[in-house]
Amino acid sequence: MSKLNLDQNLITEARAHAKNIALDTQNFIDKHTTVTVERTVCRLLGIDGVNSLENPLPNVVVDHLVEKNILSGGAAYYIGNACVNLSLNPQQIAEGIDRGEIDLSTLPRKSINDVKNAIKPFVDKTMQRIDSNVEARKNYLDKFGDKSGPYLYIIVATGNIYEDIVQAKAAAKQGADIIAVIRTTGQSLLDYVPYGATTEGFGGTYATQENFRLMRKALDEVGEEQGRYIRLCNYCSGLCMPEIAAMGALERLDVMLNDALYGILFRDINMKRTMIDQFFSRVINGYAGVIINTGEDNYLTTADAVAEAHTVLASQFLNEQFALLAGLPETQMGLGHAFEIDPAVKNGFLMELAQAQMAREIFPNAPLKYMPPTKHMTGNIFRGHIQDALFNMVTIMTNQKLHLLGMMTEALHTPFMSDRALAIENAQYVFNTMADLGEEINFKEGGFIQSRAHEVLAKTTKLLGEIEKNSLFTSLSIGVFADIKRPIDGGKGLNGVVEKEEIYFNPFVERMLEGKR
Amino acid sequence: MSGGLYNLHKSNVDTTLDLDAIKPYGDTMNDGKVQTSFTLPVPNDERGQEAAKLLAKKMGLNEPSVALAQALDQNFTFYIVYGECTHTVNYNKIKVATVENDVMSMEETNEFIKEHFGRKLVVLGASTGTDAHTVGIDAIMNRKGFAGHYGLERYEMIEALNMGSQVPNEEFIKKAKELKADVMLVSQTVTQKDVHIQNLTELIELMEAENMRDKVILCCGGARITHELAKELGYDAGFGTGKFAEDVISFAVTEMVKRNMK
Repeated sequence: MSKLNLDQNLITEARAHAKNIALDTQNFIDKHTTVTVERTVCRLLGIDGVNSLENPLPNVVVDHLVEKNILSGGAAYYIGNACVNLSLNPQQIAEGIDRGEIDLSTLPRKSINDVKNAIKPFVDKTMQRIDSNVEARKNYLDKFGDKSGPYLYIIVATGNIYEDIVQAKAAAKQGADIIAVIRTTGQSLLDYVPYGATTEGFGGTYATQENFRLMRKALDEVGEEQGRYIRLCNYCSGLCMPEIAAMGALERLDVMLNDALYGILFRDINMKRTMIDQFFSRVINGYAGVIINTGEDNYLTTADAVAEAHTVLASQFLNEQFALLAGLPETQMGLGHAFEIDPAVKNGFLMELAQAQMAREIFPNAPLKYMPPTKHMTGNIFRGHIQDALFNMVTIMTNQKLHLLGMMTEALHTPFMSDRALAIENAQYVFNTMADLGEEINFKEGGFIQSRAHEVLAKTTKLLGEIEKNSLFTSLSIGVFADIKRPIDGGKGLNGVVEKEEIYFNPFVERMLEGKR
Repeated sequence: MSGGLYNLHKSNVDTTLDLDAIKPYGDTMNDGKVQTSFTLPVPNDERGQEAAKLLAKKMGLNEPSVALAQALDQNFTFYIVYGECTHTVNYNKIKVATVENDVMSMEETNEFIKEHFGRKLVVLGASTGTDAHTVGIDAIMNRKGFAGHYGLERYEMIEALNMGSQVPNEEFIKKAKELKADVMLVSQTVTQKDVHIQNLTELIELMEAENMRDKVILCCGGARITHELAKELGYDAGFGTGKFAEDVISFAVTEMVKRNMK
C-alpha cells in the first residue's frame, strides 16, 4: 500500500523514458567491446597468473590482440582459433604468447563453429564453477536461513588483507551481515587487476582474486561459527568492471558495487568505455547471483541533497533499466541513495524519510542500498553518532535492505574496531526498538512528506524526458548528474574501446543471458 | 565498574583559574576530568580492566574509573575510562603559528582583486595523490560552498577550477602551468599512515624542480592540516577544519600583494 500516494502514471512515464534511454545506449554497447571486456573473457577461459614482469596474463593476451590490431575479433575467437590450431589450452596459449612463441594473428583462421566447439569445454568448466558457487550460497542460506530485516553492511580497509580478515571476523561476530573490503584508492584507474595476496594499500586493500578467496574463506569460517551466512562485498567500478565481476563470480562474492554511471562521473572514465564495461560486468553479476550496489549516494556528496534529490531517483530508474538489459533481476538490484541532507535544514529528516519511502514504493522488489551521512559529519563524533541514529531510523521505517553502517568517526580516519562495534550497537538498538514503527504510521494526506515525494518524482520524470530527448551521452556532457560535466570523448580508457567485427562472439554473454533477454 | 553517577569524592583542588597551569574542566575548575576510550587486545575480564586503569594512569589520569568494558571479540575489549588529569600546561607561554590576516567578504575580495590586479585571478584546486575525497576541496571551490560560505567559483573576479580527487601531483602542476594559476590549493581529507605528508612534500619538490614554487601561492587544507605543519612542509599556508573559502582567498590575495605579484 502506498503511503505517499504517488502518481502511478508519472512512475510509468519515468520508467518508459529510462527504458528508451537504456535501449538507445544498449544499441551502442552491443556494437562494441573493450580491452577489459576481452581480458574478462580470457579470465573466464581460465587464463590466470602473471609473467616475470608481474603483468597479468589476461593483459598480456589482450595487449597482444591490440598490438596485432585484431582486438575487434574478440579474445574468444582468437584463443579458440589457437586451441584448434595448436591443441593447447587457453592458459598454455597465454604463456606461449608471453614467451613470444605464439602469434594469434598469423594462425590459419578456422570456422566459427570449430572455434566455438574448441573452447566449449573451457566455457563449460567456468560456468560450472560459477553455478556451484551459486549453489553453495543457496545451501548456506537454506542451512542458516537469511535475515529478514536490514543487512548490516560494514567496511574494512586496512590495506592488508590479513588484517582485514581479523577486523572482518570481529565485525561479523558483533553482528555485521555484509563485509565490504574497500579498495585501495586509485585502483579504479588501473587498467589491470593486481595479482595475489596483498598487504599494502592506501585507504583500502587491493581487489585481487586471491584476496577475494582469502576473505571468502574467513567469512565462511566465521559464518559457520555464528550460524549465519556472512556476505562479502567488493567493488567493480573503474577501468576493470567486468574483470572484477568475473573474479567475484569465481570466488563467490555476494554483493558488488556496480553503477552504470559512477566511473564516468566520479573517476572521469570515458562514458563509452564505462557503458560497454558495465554491461558485461552486470551480466556476470546477474548470473552469479550477486546483488549489485549502485552509486547514487555519491551524487549527494558533491551536489546538494535537497536540490538534487530528483537526480538520485532518475539515476535509480536508469540503473534499473540497464540492469534489466543485462539480465539482472530486480531482487539483485541494490539501488543506492543516501542520508546526506544538511542537519541544519528544517524538516530535513522528513525529506530523508520521503525520499527513502519513495524509493521503497517505486522499486518494491529491490534490496535498496542506503548510505549513511558523510558530507555533514564534522569531527563532532557525539553529534555524528546521533546523525547515524536518525539514519538508522529511516532505514527501519522504510524497509531499506543493505544498510551501510554510519561511523561516528567518518571523515576522521578509517574506522577503529570500536567505532564499528558502536555503529553496530547503534543500528541494532534502533532496529529493535522501532522494529514495526513503519507498519504503524501513515503519512498525512497532502502533508509535507507526501508533497516532497510528489515534487521529487515530478522533477525526475521531467529530467528523464529531457535525457531521452538529448541521449544519455549528451546529457552527461552537459552535467545533468552531480553537477559534473564529462565530454563524450574525454576521460580515461577511451583508447581501449573498439567496434566489433563480424566474427566477434562472447561465449559468456551468450550463455549467461540464455533465455533472459 | 564505575563508582556510580555522582562523584562523592571530595578532593582539595584549588579552584582558582591559573593560566600558567591549566588542566581540563569537568564541572569544577581544575578538577582535571577527562574521558577517553580505547580498545585493548585482551579478553574482557578483571585483569583487562586493571590493564585499562594502569594504562590510564600512565596517561597521567589519577583515580581512573572504567565506566564501560565491552567485549568486541574474544580477545579485544573496548573501555571508556574517566580520570583526573595530573598534567597542566602553561597557556600563557603558548605561541601558535596561525594565518594572520583580515578575512574579507566575497564582495570585498572582488574589489580587492580589481584594485590590485585589475584582472581575474586563477585558482586551481585538487585533492591530490591517492585521496579520493573531494569534500574538502569542494567546500572551498564549488559555487555552493559549505555551511553557507560561498565557494570560489561564485567569486566574480576568480577563475576557479576544481580538478577533483586522486589527481597526481604531476597533472596538478601541468594544469597549473597551462592555466597560469595564481593560487594552487591542495586538499587532503582522509589519509592513512601519514601518506598525506609524503604526498604534500612530493608536490613541493616537483614544483621546485619546475622552478615555479615562488610564482604561485600554494596552500594546503584538510582535517589533519595545521598552518604550522603547512609552513614546515614549505607551503604558504595551511587551513584546518572550520576554515572556508573566504579565509583561504583572503590570505592568498593579501599574500600576492605582499609579494608584489601582478
